[in-house]
Amino acid sequence: MNKLKELDRKLIQATQAGLPIVKAPYASVAVEIGTTEADVIDRFGRLVERGIVRRIAAAPNHYALGMTANGMTVWDIDDGLASQKGREVGALDFVSHCYLRPRVLPEWPFNLFAMVHGRNRGEVESKRSEIAQLLGETCRKSDVLYSTRILKKTGLRLSQNGD
Amino acid sequence: MTRSAARSNITLDDVDATVINLLQDGFPLVPRPFALAGEQIGLSEVELIERVRRLREAGMLTRFGPFFDAAAMGGAFCLCAMAVPVDRFEEVATKVNAHHEVAHNYERAHRLNMWFVLATLTPEKIEAVAHEIELETGLHVLRLPKLEEFFIGFKVAA
Repeated sequence: MNKLKELDRKLIQATQAGLPIVKAPYASVAVEIGTTEADVIDRFGRLVERGIVRRIAAAPNHYALGMTANGMTVWDIDDGLASQKGREVGALDFVSHCYLRPRVLPEWPFNLFAMVHGRNRGEVESKRSEIAQLLGETCRKSDVLYSTRILKKTGLRLSQNGD
Repeated sequence: MTRSAARSNITLDDVDATVINLLQDGFPLVPRPFALAGEQIGLSEVELIERVRRLREAGMLTRFGPFFDAAAMGGAFCLCAMAVPVDRFEEVATKVNAHHEVAHNYERAHRLNMWFVLATLTPEKIEAVAHEIELETGLHVLRLPKLEEFFIGFKVAA
């Protein structure tokens, strides 16, 4: 990936904590970094195309919304079907994150991860059953790991320089 | 349906749920994005701005803005897991958390009871930090980097 242009970097640094919640947020950012509204919109568009910005959106706080149980459900899916099944599981409304990861045998036989949120563990379990039903016989084994404590949580921050 | 959200005095109504779901899917890149987004759910620009401000202030939204892919900017991430003996758990947590590359760390109910994410500037650095943690703790660190991601987003029941 090319090094980011100076103004792109300024744009990222000015917005990594969030966009201003005002009628013309891109114009407001433009004033802050010394460019025009059209340039900010154009730069964001190109950053989205390059995959550097995944999307401009809001992230819900599951805990504050009453979804206090979170279970990391994990599944052992045949490699040939894993991408297709991952898309199907990721599309479920109650799945917030869904990833394919490598197995580490023999300690870790699972390759598909789906984070499921619910008001309690019973709700997470019933959602886990829905995933199991969707996967059917393509799933050889599954488990669910509940988080019991946050040991560390820091925001992910950009480094100050681009390289 | 109306329900009280945990740890908050605000009450979430159906419109809030619609707003949260709409904004999770993406926010328009146009000069007046709240006007355009509001149209889709029958809210005026001012009404949507007020809702989003209130949801953000009440902590119902943790973030509102661009989501960056650190990997695309040259950074690297890796989910790691360890099976930590119960009597060493606090000691190992302290050692792991001392690395500033550890972005978050969760205790989970499983034989593999410690799950953390490494965030570094380069993929090589991931391996170096994971190896250091192994040397410091004498425990194996499972490396589970993301191979593929499927994002759709979580929907709030209205």
